[in-house]
Amino acid sequence: MLRFNMSLLLILVVCALALVTSQHRARKLFQELEQDQERARQFEVEYGQLQLEMSTWATHARIEKIARDRLRMIQPDAAGRPLALKTAGGR
Amino acid sequence: MVVRRRPQRGHRYTESPVLELALQGWRSRMVGLLLMAALFALIIRAFYLQVIQNDFLQEKGDSRYRRDIEVSASRGRIVDRHGDMLAVSTPMQSIWAIPADARTMTATQKQQLAGMLEMTARELDGRIAADKNFVYLRRQVSPESGERIAALKLPGIHQEKEYRRFYPAGDMTAHIVGFTGVDDKGLEGVELAFQQSLLGRPGNRTVIRDRRGNIVEDVGAMRPPQDGKDIRLALDSKIQYLAYSQLKATVDAHRAKAGGAVVIDARSGEILALANWPAYNPNNRQNLSGAPLRNRAITDAFEPGSVLKPFIAALALEQGKLTINTPIHTEPGRMTLNGATITDPYPHGVLTVAGVIQKSSNIGSAKIALGFSPREMWELYDKLGFGQTPSLGFPGEIGGRLRPWKSWRPIEQATMSYGHGISVSLIQLARAYTVFANDGEVMPLSLLQVDEMPVRGERVFSPQTVRETRLMLEMVVQPGGTAPRARVAGYRVGGKSGTAYKIEDGAYARKYVASFVGVAPISDPRLVIAVMIDEPSLGHYGGDVAGPAFSRIAAGALRSLGVPLDAPLQLAAADSGKEPL
Repeated sequence: MLRFNMSLLLILVVCALALVTSQHRARKLFQELEQDQERARQFEVEYGQLQLEMSTWATHARIEKIARDRLRMIQPDAAGRPLALKTAGGR
Repeated sequence: MVVRRRPQRGHRYTESPVLELALQGWRSRMVGLLLMAALFALIIRAFYLQVIQNDFLQEKGDSRYRRDIEVSASRGRIVDRHGDMLAVSTPMQSIWAIPADARTMTATQKQQLAGMLEMTARELDGRIAADKNFVYLRRQVSPESGERIAALKLPGIHQEKEYRRFYPAGDMTAHIVGFTGVDDKGLEGVELAFQQSLLGRPGNRTVIRDRRGNIVEDVGAMRPPQDGKDIRLALDSKIQYLAYSQLKATVDAHRAKAGGAVVIDARSGEILALANWPAYNPNNRQNLSGAPLRNRAITDAFEPGSVLKPFIAALALEQGKLTINTPIHTEPGRMTLNGATITDPYPHGVLTVAGVIQKSSNIGSAKIALGFSPREMWELYDKLGFGQTPSLGFPGEIGGRLRPWKSWRPIEQATMSYGHGISVSLIQLARAYTVFANDGEVMPLSLLQVDEMPVRGERVFSPQTVRETRLMLEMVVQPGGTAPRARVAGYRVGGKSGTAYKIEDGAYARKYVASFVGVAPISDPRLVIAVMIDEPSLGHYGGDVAGPAFSRIAAGALRSLGVPLDAPLQLAAADSGKEPL
């Protein structure tokens, strides 16, 4: 009887220790998950900021200004012919 | 050999009578009782703590390691039909202080912080001298400077994440997109109109934190955050840019007070562009108030002038009373009704119905209009949407003024035929012109992209009437019409100019509203474009002021939509070079 009880006690202790370790590991993993989620959030924020930056660079007013002033492009008419020949030629 | 023997004398040790414990019965019972009482007290206490006080204590325990945290949700974005960003939220930090703690900062720390917050040390001192528990030092600083401030570990200085709204397109789309206040509340435009769907709902979760502040476990229920929905507008930012920049150039060139331009997709009723000038930069709204904030195209009604004449002519054609070639006598260029005289700027003699539109004769259109009963004319205007708010869901939209037909006298009917005595907004005018851009239906307008095609509107005219009216509209921009400068190289376009006197203090003043509303291309209309210039001081005829703006917006928009040319190239060649953009 005593041996039986002792072995039950032993199993109980082992189970208790296993519970503690698995809880610990669960928390570790959870923390990792948490950190990765946080990183994902930050990437999302960064993506938003980059998109914002992109659309700021790509405003039509800016594109037109660069096309006209820096690249010396001109607007063709509906038939595809240059409208203002004096600026034609480019660099 | 010595034999040890037990002493025989006396009693055995255990039997010693001295050592005989004579424990009286009551003492042992007493001790037993006390021990039992102590045990009982412990049980009571345990019961008290575990059962009666349980909730309170559990709460106290939880508060040591459990935390309710809010998970923030972001506001939906506003994008144009191609997905270009018009409004985006991005997180910023707000720096706040607990003044009592913040006052313990050293002078150098204060100096550092003030520098980072772009304020003087005195200003900072002023803020933290406040007798409050909480004071914002600066809202919406960039996340980078937020981190730098956090790295200083200053006493009493805290941060909070907030979202800030950015408008990459800036002033170009300011009126249609609108803006939000500091706490994510839409204050104008689409931001206000679609506040409910744009708004995100923050979620929350309950977690266990360890000693270092890491989250180690989720406990209890968790409500996930709901990000606001993205709004996809019908707006085409290319056409919007075109409309905005041309409008601005036109207002400048004619030294006008203000202006508006609207571009509508003729097939779906989508608003492709809506521009106003003066505008403002929604990213920097300090000292912002008054005129620039007005979304004139939607919230201001004006007397439209001659742009209403084609509707009158079309109604006459529809009733079969007249044909496009019926002659109308407009001489001598003046006419008196109910004691008031209406005039044409130039006497035209005998004009056909088409000529009345082409030359924009007030007398001619008045004579046509007097052939209708007031009720018929009222019904026409009512069907076209005048006097009713366009129900775009846009804040502050106006329905204009269309008086009930029972009170109309002939003079009023006559003036209303050429757009006086009635007021409409630019967007209503553009919407009314959609009848000429399809086969006679007035289209419902939409701020948002329309997925279901085809869109049906309310029928006003028959397809035959519309075809004939379009030809009349085309004559307006041809040589001999009032708006030859509204022509577009390579495309057949048509429209009607308007030059209306403004009412000031109840009387017509020598101030004008020049407008042009047109349809392009005539052979298979895709766009309705309306341009209105308020109080131009260099030139004032609709055809000369608003016509060229219409032409440039139409040229650019048709090209960007890839609409095939429908005019002979000779015209394109003849026009090219005259009006470089």
